[in-house]
Amino acid sequence: MTTVNDFPFLTAAILLPLLGAAVLMGLPRRSGRDLPQVVALGVSLVTLALTAVMAVRFDPGGGFQFNEQHTWIAAFGAHYAVGVDGIGLTLVMLTTILTPAVIGASWRDGDPGRWSTNSFFAWVLVLEALAIGVFAATDVFLFYVLFEATLLPIYFLIGGFGGARRSYAAIKFLLYSLLGGLVMLASVIGLYVESSRAGAPTYLLSELSEIMADVDTATGRWLFVGFFIAFAIKAPMVPVHTWLPDVADEATPGTSVLLVSILDKIGTFGMIRFCLGLFPEASTWATPVVLVLAVVSVLYGGLVAIAQDSIPRLIAYTSVSHFGFIVLGIFVLNSQGQTGSTLYMFNHGLSTGLLFLVSGFLIARRGSRYISDFGGVQKVAPVLAGILLVAGLSSLSLPGLSPFVSEFLVMLGAFLHHYLYAVFAVFGIVLSALYILLMYQRTMTGPVRPEVEGMRDLGFREVASLAPLLALVVALGFFPGPLLDVIEPAVASTLEHVGAEDPGPTIEDAAADAEPTEGGDE
Amino acid sequence: MVSRTAAHVLLQESVPVVEPAAADGVFTLLWLIIALPALGSAILLVGGRRTDPWGHLLGCATVAASFLVSLVAFVALLGRDAEDRSVQQHLFTWIDVFGFQVDAGLLLDPLSALFLLLVTGVGGLIHVYSIGYMATDPRRRRFFGYLNLFVAAMLVLVLADSYLGIFLGWEGVGLASYLLIGFFQHKPSAAVAAKKAFVVNRVGDIGMALGVMLLFATFGTTAIPAISRVSAEASDGVLTALGLLLLLAACGKSAQFPLQSWLLDAMEGPTPVSALIHAATMVTAGVYLIIRSNFIYENAPVAQTAVVVVGAVTLLWGAAIGCAKDDIKKVLAGSTMSQIGYMMLAAGLGVAGYAFAIFHLLTHGFFKANMFLGAGSVMHAMDDDVDMRHYGALRKALPVTFLTFAMGYLAIIGFPGFSGFWSKDKIIETAFDQNLYAGLAALLGAGITAFYMTRLMILTFLSEKRWAAEVHPHESPATMTVPLVVLAALSVLGGVLLLGDWITEWLTPVVGSEEHGELPLPAIVYTLIVVAVVVVGVAAAVLLVARRDIPREQPQQVSLATRFARNDLYGDRLNEALLMRPGDSVVRSMADFDDRFVDGAVDGSGIAAAGMSNTFRRVQTGYVRSYALSLFAGALLVVAALLAVNLA
Repeated sequence: MTTVNDFPFLTAAILLPLLGAAVLMGLPRRSGRDLPQVVALGVSLVTLALTAVMAVRFDPGGGFQFNEQHTWIAAFGAHYAVGVDGIGLTLVMLTTILTPAVIGASWRDGDPGRWSTNSFFAWVLVLEALAIGVFAATDVFLFYVLFEATLLPIYFLIGGFGGARRSYAAIKFLLYSLLGGLVMLASVIGLYVESSRAGAPTYLLSELSEIMADVDTATGRWLFVGFFIAFAIKAPMVPVHTWLPDVADEATPGTSVLLVSILDKIGTFGMIRFCLGLFPEASTWATPVVLVLAVVSVLYGGLVAIAQDSIPRLIAYTSVSHFGFIVLGIFVLNSQGQTGSTLYMFNHGLSTGLLFLVSGFLIARRGSRYISDFGGVQKVAPVLAGILLVAGLSSLSLPGLSPFVSEFLVMLGAFLHHYLYAVFAVFGIVLSALYILLMYQRTMTGPVRPEVEGMRDLGFREVASLAPLLALVVALGFFPGPLLDVIEPAVASTLEHVGAEDPGPTIEDAAADAEPTEGGDE
Repeated sequence: MVSRTAAHVLLQESVPVVEPAAADGVFTLLWLIIALPALGSAILLVGGRRTDPWGHLLGCATVAASFLVSLVAFVALLGRDAEDRSVQQHLFTWIDVFGFQVDAGLLLDPLSALFLLLVTGVGGLIHVYSIGYMATDPRRRRFFGYLNLFVAAMLVLVLADSYLGIFLGWEGVGLASYLLIGFFQHKPSAAVAAKKAFVVNRVGDIGMALGVMLLFATFGTTAIPAISRVSAEASDGVLTALGLLLLLAACGKSAQFPLQSWLLDAMEGPTPVSALIHAATMVTAGVYLIIRSNFIYENAPVAQTAVVVVGAVTLLWGAAIGCAKDDIKKVLAGSTMSQIGYMMLAAGLGVAGYAFAIFHLLTHGFFKANMFLGAGSVMHAMDDDVDMRHYGALRKALPVTFLTFAMGYLAIIGFPGFSGFWSKDKIIETAFDQNLYAGLAALLGAGITAFYMTRLMILTFLSEKRWAAEVHPHESPATMTVPLVVLAALSVLGGVLLLGDWITEWLTPVVGSEEHGELPLPAIVYTLIVVAVVVVGVAAAVLLVARRDIPREQPQQVSLATRFARNDLYGDRLNEALLMRPGDSVVRSMADFDDRFVDGAVDGSGIAAAGMSNTFRRVQTGYVRSYALSLFAGALLVVAALLAVNLA
């Protein structure tokens, strides 16, 4: 691994928000003039700019890039090693795009807590730094430490700034995550044992993936299970999902976005990077069980979402359904499915982020998160209603909006694996129409309820926080190309590692025949 | 390879292959046809109130411009030889993932060209009409934004050169339909109807989505030209599955049995919407899809039979509903369902029927849009009352509406010489030629159509005045009556498309042609039988409706059949009993299960929860410090474990 670029982009992208957090903690407690907000927004925008430069410089075909590697704990073979391939870069970009939007939308959410506004935004920035680190880590030990460390800021954001039952939610989240972390720890130690046995201990992904190829089947499968359980809790998949609705119910909308749109992706990212990357044999072995669980998540999450009265809980359950799609695409082990899943992670971040934030505005105005407390909002706040509708339509994967491309690719991948998976998963599109449109109908339409009569429509700051996400959802719906080009080679190398091949069409000629006519007119 | 060539030859005999040339000359402007209304919609919806003063004008202008471009393209197509009338414009690559390549491309051929004119032409007239109809609505600009969005999506649907492109337009029109049915959002009934339409359509979309996946799995592409070239090589099972999946999609969009229930509720939308989306254009998309996929259906006889059955059932189902409704829009909606049933039936008959399905689709587009707009004009005059029992004798108060409506009426019942006469007659004749039962169903449908439409005419325009004293019916403004006059003229004259078999020959490059089989009876005999059946229908309506008193309230002591028809043949009840109520309890019990069981197992219910809050209280004392401490302890544990392994 040689360093491609002289400038340590990834380290800078991790340090910058950390520095910002340190500055925020140093600010006086009452600085006035929204100083903490402005500082946080500024730092997050600079970080976004930095990663945007990375994205421009990124060579899609070039494998892992922006690599840095320094020995950390020689005795364990642990390194500070970072680098991104197309999948990692996509998720880093998702993190840096969403963070400024969250800060903009959460402008006032840090105010009423027992803690200072400074600390709210400091934790947000710490979280951003750690998330970038997790997605960039190319050393398993580093990944594990950062994975556990992300719990800290989320824990404080929920426990310090959440709703009435925030204590319960924070503890539940922590226990679940620690449990998952513990299971993973066992596998992390197992990796150490295996690599020591093969020579010198190492946690470098590049070296581990070769060592693991020679490990006996049973050991590989045990280690796989340890990682998979931790990632399934994180993702979250049925039946280990119940922490998420409680957390979403209590957390501020911004926290929910950071958690669901960004941190939960560590689960599905980990499945690709570590489960498939280190244990290809075990992954193939586990495929049938994982796929069934994924389809169950899709349908179960969708069905339970329909019955929810609390809007954040509803969104949490839709995410359970969406994560089911993501896992489905990863484990069908073909290009379409896995490219779809990676794109899905990005798109889900946007659409769920939009849903949480815009419904957060709605809930803050009414002082209630229950659907049954609303009615006729469309008439008094048409802009809010319009944005909620677009966010909802993106969540139900309407063609023309970005999530459609990813969801369709995942289902296509599932169909190519075995059509039955797609036949079941496709019912998800009816469920999503139901949970979104029922929620919209009950909150936005009908006669205006007296409690919402005086409701303000969205202000400039609120619209400005969401507009970039809306623009991306539409633009990537028609032109997903730039993102797909980055993701494709990374998916190809993962699948090559697993030894999976794409099934070809039954009738070969049609696609070939299509060539001459395509592009006939430019 | 030998077999493939053989199949090619075989294929070319029955179904023409779609082999478009690259777009040149005026055809490079094709993208404008979609871009203009799309831009209009974007400006009107994003621009907000600033665009209020001129929004409706912009909305009309974009569609009018789009019509002009379509007309130019159509004329240019006319000027080419029959076999060259197919061009393709590649716009950009939409999705390209490991061989799953979907281009955003447009395909203009005789079939899509006719749809362009219908959508932008009739659509344009309905836009103009809406200026007057929505004049007093404070959200008129938004209404035009949605209408433009609809037109753009519908044009994507008919111009797309791949199935995924069709899917894009397909869902786009679904969205526009959702927005427009629910346009009067403050009415809960409108909001519910909008949601129902979208969800029922999503059930159909299951067929569309799986169909596209199966197409790709089989052919490695979703491009229409490529698939048409080799479709015959696919196995019978695959082709049948494809045919049935696409039929499911078509049933959703075209409100065909068993997914018909949403269309009657969709009448909650403003009347121009009913005319444009739920009569003339969107609901015919299912018919378009099936004819566009003729290369699949021609080799899937089972699926074709299914199409015929669906069409026959729906044409009678819709007609029965039309007989019993007192709401003028619902009669027309039932009628639309029924008329699309005719088109489906014809499409299911294969090469013999495709062209006539499209012919009827066009004439129906004229006369049904005409009558829906006429109904809107009546409602406009009657303070938005839709109950025909409150109408009567409106011919004097609304002379233009009456006369134009009458043209539509004569067209739909198949009065000799009017457009509907030619198109329906052809379908019935072809149906008899192919299958006796299909023919009988179509013939019976013609009689029922004559009955319910005559009933509508009597209740609305003829008979005695039954409106309340405070209602003062008045003729609508020119923006509304001029489109009515144009559509009335088209309803009368639409039959000219059949002159010299123009429409069948025009469509031959797309749908193929077939020598007419020897009919057991001469064609004129069928025509006479149809006319006779229509006369019976009209006479029955005169005897049963006009000759009796018409109460202002709906009588409740009615026959079982009437009660059935009034309740849409209990289609909704059936959905409710079979799907909605069980679905509701599944959803509820699942949520309960999730709360108590899945979550409970983890929480250890109550006890653990209590324990947890205790733990939390303990952690809370000295909050940050104790957490940092436990994290440190955890880290120590990790290091210790590693060292232990290392030393061992």
